[in-house]
Amino acid sequence: MEYIILFLPLLASFVAGFFGKLIGERNSEILTSLSVSITAILSIIIFYNVVTQDYNNNIVIASWIKSGSLEINWAINIDALSSVMLVVVTLISSIVHIYSIGYMSHDPHKPRFMAYLSLFTFAMLTLVTSDNFLQLFFGWEGVGLCSYLLIGFWFKRESANAAAIKAFLVNRVGDFGLALGIFLIFYIFGTINYDEVFKLIPTIIDEKINFLSFDFNSIDLICILLFIGAMGKSAQIILHTWLPDAMEGPTPVSALIHAATMVTAGVFLVVRCSPIYEFSELALSIVTIVGMATAIFAASVALVQNDIKKIIAYSTCSQLGYMFFATGVGAYNVAMFHLFTHAFFKALLFLGSGSVIHSFNDEQDINKMGGVKKILPYTYILMIIGTLALTGFPFLSGFYSKDAIIEFAYLKGDYLGYFAAGAGVFTALLTSIYSWRLIFKTFHGSYNNTKQPIESVHESPMVMIIPLIILAIGSILGGILFKDLFIGQESSYVFWKSSIKFLDPLSIDHPPIWFIILTPALVIISIPVSFYLFVKNKNVTKVLIEENRPFYLFLKNKWYFDEFYEFIFVKPLRFLGYFFWKKVDGSIIDKFGPDGISKIIKNFSIKAVKFQSGFIYQYAFVMLIGFSLLLTLLILN
Amino acid sequence: MFEVGLGHYLTLGAIIFTIGVVGIFLNRKNIIVILMSIELILLAVNINLVSFSMYSQDITGQIFTLFILTVAAAEAAIGLAIIVVYYRNAGTIRVEEIDKLKG
Repeated sequence: MEYIILFLPLLASFVAGFFGKLIGERNSEILTSLSVSITAILSIIIFYNVVTQDYNNNIVIASWIKSGSLEINWAINIDALSSVMLVVVTLISSIVHIYSIGYMSHDPHKPRFMAYLSLFTFAMLTLVTSDNFLQLFFGWEGVGLCSYLLIGFWFKRESANAAAIKAFLVNRVGDFGLALGIFLIFYIFGTINYDEVFKLIPTIIDEKINFLSFDFNSIDLICILLFIGAMGKSAQIILHTWLPDAMEGPTPVSALIHAATMVTAGVFLVVRCSPIYEFSELALSIVTIVGMATAIFAASVALVQNDIKKIIAYSTCSQLGYMFFATGVGAYNVAMFHLFTHAFFKALLFLGSGSVIHSFNDEQDINKMGGVKKILPYTYILMIIGTLALTGFPFLSGFYSKDAIIEFAYLKGDYLGYFAAGAGVFTALLTSIYSWRLIFKTFHGSYNNTKQPIESVHESPMVMIIPLIILAIGSILGGILFKDLFIGQESSYVFWKSSIKFLDPLSIDHPPIWFIILTPALVIISIPVSFYLFVKNKNVTKVLIEENRPFYLFLKNKWYFDEFYEFIFVKPLRFLGYFFWKKVDGSIIDKFGPDGISKIIKNFSIKAVKFQSGFIYQYAFVMLIGFSLLLTLLILN
Repeated sequence: MFEVGLGHYLTLGAIIFTIGVVGIFLNRKNIIVILMSIELILLAVNINLVSFSMYSQDITGQIFTLFILTVAAAEAAIGLAIIVVYYRNAGTIRVEEIDKLKG
């Protein structure tokens, strides 16, 4: 069964990718969708087995590297953590596959698209089912590659190519950290299999290691390096710049890769390495701070963006921040729970926005929408459900996971914990405002698009609506059904067991009642407030913007991160590259190397050609001269 | 009076030879002049052969000269024939225009 889960998407991808023309577009769509759907069903069965029968398995597919003490296998490792990821990945992936049939119906390269999606699914599955760091790294790079290919799917658009390269390069920075972390693990333990490493961790608690001429605690250093990798993949602040640009890809890709699955790989990594992180107070604090900063930063930027997909992208960024500070305060299971629920409602929001974009014939600016809630009834209702779940409206999935994160941060009991809880509440408020802004601007008010008449806006086909309905069901019920399993007081003994390590058992206290009510109250209040601001009385927002113009521009330009990087990294590097290209390579190496030699030979031969005048008497004269010289020589000798 | 000796003959031969060579190389007009220059060179050789034959009292040189004269006549005939054919093909026998070997 595990073999089928892992290799069916690969096989489907192979067939659709290489024989897509042969078997036809429709068949490759059906093939890939069907294969991924089958893996989704099998994953749910495995998840069910893990929940009910403590199913645990480590299947070795083949030996990969055997060199001295280093032994690495290709393996499928099933435990509670990977079974959750399996369900999330395959379920969202299959839904996105089916949705893509409708969304990409006008695209000439459907088999290629489906092949990439399936290949991504395979890479993500190898990532989550790995039992060692190297296979994790393989999957990590595999999903990065697929992300690159899919962001640049419309390769004729220059902006898409630029975004794809940007995503790849920014991820390289993170991956470098991850690779260093893995090297360090191997350097210290001589092995990179999870089990062996995690067992040995307590033995090196006080060991120091010299790195860049500083003495670090080795566990701290490992954690920080691994976290840099996670930051890159999960678009945390500093390394987040690629995620909004990645929205250049088709919307199903944004939903699958840049919202529900790939970007959560960083969270998964930290949770998977909980046996290491638990021993590093420093690294956990860093994770908390970075997560917190990202949550607030991304939410504040999302407030003022106008591109429907960018708003949701920043929202994703912000929610990933939540997950990270959940792990930072030691609530790994809550982070996984938020990952689980987030996958549903964020995929729902993305696919819903895809449906909106599809209806508006590829319009993405929310200022050019509005007044279409009657025309797009399904999309409207589904988007509302997604938004309610995202903002944490009571009894929808986001409510359980997000409030649990804030509560656990509060229960941590130290300054950082309180601070994180405060940031969480504030971010929840911002989240609510920007999400409702999106809804109100897209569906309410008056129709603002001058380019196309309102009659041309049409509801999406059923093949796109039905996947949304499935996701909506997940967004509504995901929280209430699974909260006891994931974050119940006994969950660490009953469900997670050894897959997540808690050094100290999680606090079982409850925060004060006012704190529990605070977040939902803010969230609910912000709905009428946003309605007033963005539909009823738009002048208020205008005045607000005018009065705080510099601040507005600061947010609008995403805190000037891109400009800063442009100035700090891109420009000097571009200059350096240009210098090496034109000056060093062109003017020195080429000039004195191949180009120079060929030039000399060319000049010489031009001169030699002149010698060949074609006049016989000149040839004869040369002969004579030569002959007389020879003769003279002979005589003299 | 002064005696006409071997040296004078050889000098004459050398002068005629030089005139022939220079005639070949400085000639810019037509090929027939080159042919004539070649004849001059051959004549210079003949003068040398005859004078050495007289000087060393050996008849071989003079016989050789007769052979050379015969060959020179044949050569001149062939050369002129080639020039005629070339003129028919190219329409010119001007030396400056015959440069088909030019690289």
